[in-house]
Amino acid sequence: MDPIQSISSLQMDVLKEASNIGAGNAATALSKLLNKKIEMNVPVVRILSFAEIMELIGGSEQMVASVFLQIEGDFTGYMFYILPVDEADSFVRQLTGMSNFSLKNENVPEIVLSAFQEMGNILTGSYLAAVSDFTQLQLKPSVPAVGIDMFGAIISYGLLEISQISDFAIVIDTEVSDSNAARDGDLIKGHFFLLPDPDSFTKVFESLGVYE
Amino acid sequence: MMNEDGIVIKVGIADMNIVHAPNTIRTSGLGSCVGVILYDLGQQVAGLAHIMLPDSTLSRGKNVNAAKFADTAVEALVKVLQENGARTTYLKAKIAGGAQMFQFATQNDMMKIGERNSIAVKRELARLQIPLVAEDIGGSNGRTIEFNPKTGRLFIKTVNKGSDEI
Repeated sequence: MDPIQSISSLQMDVLKEASNIGAGNAATALSKLLNKKIEMNVPVVRILSFAEIMELIGGSEQMVASVFLQIEGDFTGYMFYILPVDEADSFVRQLTGMSNFSLKNENVPEIVLSAFQEMGNILTGSYLAAVSDFTQLQLKPSVPAVGIDMFGAIISYGLLEISQISDFAIVIDTEVSDSNAARDGDLIKGHFFLLPDPDSFTKVFESLGVYE
Repeated sequence: MMNEDGIVIKVGIADMNIVHAPNTIRTSGLGSCVGVILYDLGQQVAGLAHIMLPDSTLSRGKNVNAAKFADTAVEALVKVLQENGARTTYLKAKIAGGAQMFQFATQNDMMKIGERNSIAVKRELARLQIPLVAEDIGGSNGRTIEFNPKTGRLFIKTVNKGSDEI
């Protein structure tokens, strides 16, 4: 049986709860960073085919800004913070007060990229710190890298390791958005995608005492 | 030129398909993956595979999806094309993709998979004696590609390096 498909619904719930705590912590960090109220959806945990994953957000051709890191340690996998590039612009504007730039252009000022990377650092770091506390597992995230390109070209990096054993992946998707976005017209709706390595589940479930 | 006459056959990641003129065939969001097109211009038939990994021995699964790996996809594509009217001796190839999207200070080979994919595809084409007539590989940008089996032209689109035809 495909190792991805054999995960139980109880185990899916455990992953969902761990992500809920992680994303909640990241949303709080984001709220402090922007001094704004931030809303978060309950994480959605799904088993998706690679083809379905490529069509998330706005499809594989959608231009996005992303922060990507690899998780090593007791629990392994990949994590992305991804948002449409216009919204990433809006994010950096609010953070730096700069306005004469776009991440869409080829020669983005270094300070803009650094601001975006630092924001990604803070958000993914707070997400994973909370997951680590909850599961009592040691997580060693790599330094996050920034990628601004087509969604498909970026998210496929998270599938490389899993693709050696399956054509499916578990995707934990949490949407975090600025709650006043509709009023301000300055929408920021980012997604955290956590793609856990199925080989490392056993440790998570053991640590939390979930055995079925 | 994008296709104006027929329909566009879409190929997903780790998948492959074939096309007859006047239709065209397309795959989008190639990063480290490589898109391989094999075509017989005389018969106006072409096939496209969206390859993720260089080598099927990396697979730890039981059922190997041939389209996922360079060493199995090219051969599988030749077979399907043959069954659909292509003449093996007339097959030519064009390839695109194999980028390195992220710069990591890591020893992990997976992060350099783009280059490995390109090398593996070229090795496979050489083994099967299929001439590689054009390529757009490497760099650090994603690509969407569309091939027209009538003209033999491959249209390549990027987000900020413009578009090109090879």
